[in-house]
Amino acid sequence: MAMLEIKDLRAEIEGTEILKGLNLSMDPGEVHAIMGPNGSGKSTLAHVLTGRDGYEVTGGDALFQGQSILEMEPEERAAVGLFLAFQYPVEIPGVTMTTFLKEAVNSIRKARGEDELDAMKFTKQLRERCKLLNIPEDMMRRSVNTGFSGGEKKRAEVLQMAALEPKLAVLDETDSGLDIDALKTVADGVNRLRSPERSMLVITHYQRLLNYIVPDHVHVMVKGQIVKSGGKDLAHELEAEGYAQFGEEKAA
Amino acid sequence: MGATAETVEQVQEVTGQKYKYGFVTEIDEERPPKGLNEDIIRFISQKKEEPEWMLEWRLKAYRHWLTMKHPSWQKCSIPPIDFQDAYYYAAPKQDKDRPQSLDDVDPKLLETYEKLGIPLQEQEMLAGVAVDAVFDSVSVATTYKAKLEEQGIIFCSMSEAIHNHPDLVKQYLGSVVPYSDNFFATLNSAVFTDGSFVYIPKGVKCPMELSTYFRINAENTGQFERTLIIAEEGSSVSYLEGCTAPQRDENQLHAAVVELVALDNAEIKYSTVQNWFPGDENGVGGIYNFVTKRGACRGDNSKIAWTQVETGSAVTWKYPSCILQGDNSVGEFYSIAITNNYQQADTGTKMIHLGKNTKSRIVSKGISAGHADQTYRGLVRVSPKADGAHNFTQCDSLLIGDTCGAHTVPYIESRNNQARVEHEATTSKISEDQLFYCRQRGISEEDAVALVVNGFCREVLQQLPMEFAVEAQKLVGISLEGSVG
Repeated sequence: MAMLEIKDLRAEIEGTEILKGLNLSMDPGEVHAIMGPNGSGKSTLAHVLTGRDGYEVTGGDALFQGQSILEMEPEERAAVGLFLAFQYPVEIPGVTMTTFLKEAVNSIRKARGEDELDAMKFTKQLRERCKLLNIPEDMMRRSVNTGFSGGEKKRAEVLQMAALEPKLAVLDETDSGLDIDALKTVADGVNRLRSPERSMLVITHYQRLLNYIVPDHVHVMVKGQIVKSGGKDLAHELEAEGYAQFGEEKAA
Repeated sequence: MGATAETVEQVQEVTGQKYKYGFVTEIDEERPPKGLNEDIIRFISQKKEEPEWMLEWRLKAYRHWLTMKHPSWQKCSIPPIDFQDAYYYAAPKQDKDRPQSLDDVDPKLLETYEKLGIPLQEQEMLAGVAVDAVFDSVSVATTYKAKLEEQGIIFCSMSEAIHNHPDLVKQYLGSVVPYSDNFFATLNSAVFTDGSFVYIPKGVKCPMELSTYFRINAENTGQFERTLIIAEEGSSVSYLEGCTAPQRDENQLHAAVVELVALDNAEIKYSTVQNWFPGDENGVGGIYNFVTKRGACRGDNSKIAWTQVETGSAVTWKYPSCILQGDNSVGEFYSIAITNNYQQADTGTKMIHLGKNTKSRIVSKGISAGHADQTYRGLVRVSPKADGAHNFTQCDSLLIGDTCGAHTVPYIESRNNQARVEHEATTSKISEDQLFYCRQRGISEEDAVALVVNGFCREVLQQLPMEFAVEAQKLVGISLEGSVG
């Protein structure tokens, strides 16, 4: 069964249609990249999939392991295994990363009918994940994203992915605002979390991220639709040619 | 069902019960008629078998009260209170009128206790279950009391103190909040029913947190509570007032007075969790909580710290204050005030710097949701002789939704040009971004609000004694249930 199947998905914001009949299918373990110019609807896709308010789905469907998720609350989607690495991670002052992640992990466990982890077990697990991703443990005692550098924020997103162990992770412009060293570190973390059971949907404007997170499939999104799909080489082609061939300005 | 609605039902059922069994019966001769006059005050004093000096003090207060007017400067709207249309004395409840076991208690109330993680024994106490004598004689309370007595610590009800320690009461009662202090404190002085009395002898560090829970006969202290805590030289004590469980009372007006006295090198930490019935979601009913709390740092190097978590009551109107008289004395005020639905709060503190090198610190966190309105009102006064005085004030307000309000009214009166007075204030909102971020991680919307608010309050929650802090955190969440979505 496909991990994710998007069928003729249409969605609008305040009456303006952004997604105009989008189709996409991903199998378990696959990494797909969606590339497209600004305003093509990439982030809208991420938000519609994860259930953010303010978008109205006007047609089509999105199936997660065969089950439609569009009517589900955001937290229910998280509980079935859908994760979004945010383009702009949000600050929550006064709430430590540890507290936040413990609440998140246990909320999801509870929703799945599993026992909650006690503080000891959780801390041990979190410590292991930090080690796996080379993230200093101090970071877990700081308030969520508060005073984090751009690179720290994105690394924290990857750590959260590691802690929540999603089946499908959507990475929304994970490369934005990162210099090349930070980008490599973040990509390295993401690669460590690749597994045959986990799919990833990498959304990006630029090809450079895909040098480090090498996708199995690349899709080009323009004006709310997938206009071309191919292998990883399609990314290089786009870098050279730009989006102009699809009736768009060249990628800046 | 949201906790607010739950509370409403609990209160309706419980108060309904009380009326059914207690107050409409004609045979109750323990209760004087409604209204306030000198005879009623004499009746109260007589019932409590008080000495003549106590009665005189009450009457002096009452006569002064008659000359006073209900204040009107607060930013809360309160309908006029008819002081003649209230009872001022009710005899302690008989055991037969109470629930005989937790099986007789409203299951919804028990559910809330469960949510707060309150131990069974404590649940019985809170629900007012008649505790049998055998259980009582081996109770924690008795054991603790013995342990305190060993160290010479006096911890008893105010009534007992008036009988057993009249000299201490005479010396200190009204010495921080005089009988003529303000409208409600004066009323309290005339009609107070009971409260706690604590005396920590010289050099003694009280070995445990004192709480009304451990005080025998703590129930039914009524709407006019009077508390006095005295810390002798070099002593220290931490006192907990209230509890996180919802509390209800058939009396709408609560006007308590708390006085603290810290002598040289003494330290008093006073923590409050106030969760009185807030009224329903339409603003009907609820307690008026008009309290005068004041501490005097009378000795050099003394310290008084107030920590309050105010989540209940329809109207909260109080300013726990410190008079920093001794040199190098320290006053602290940490506050969380949460108002939801139609609750109103006008609260803050007063720090009066009199001695040299006195320091004060104010951290106030206000959270408003629904149609609630709240005001931080604080006074920092530095007298001409208070060289080297230093105050730091931080007031943060958090708004949930767009129909609530938050106001900050700081008064600073510095008459010493060496003093340093700092004030910082912020106002923020819980953003859609924060809520979505939490929900994407699997946290429900209500839990997300609780999480963000707890983060906002962290600095203050850290000041609470450990086991209290855990309960207070849960309470913060429960108080705001139903505030979003």
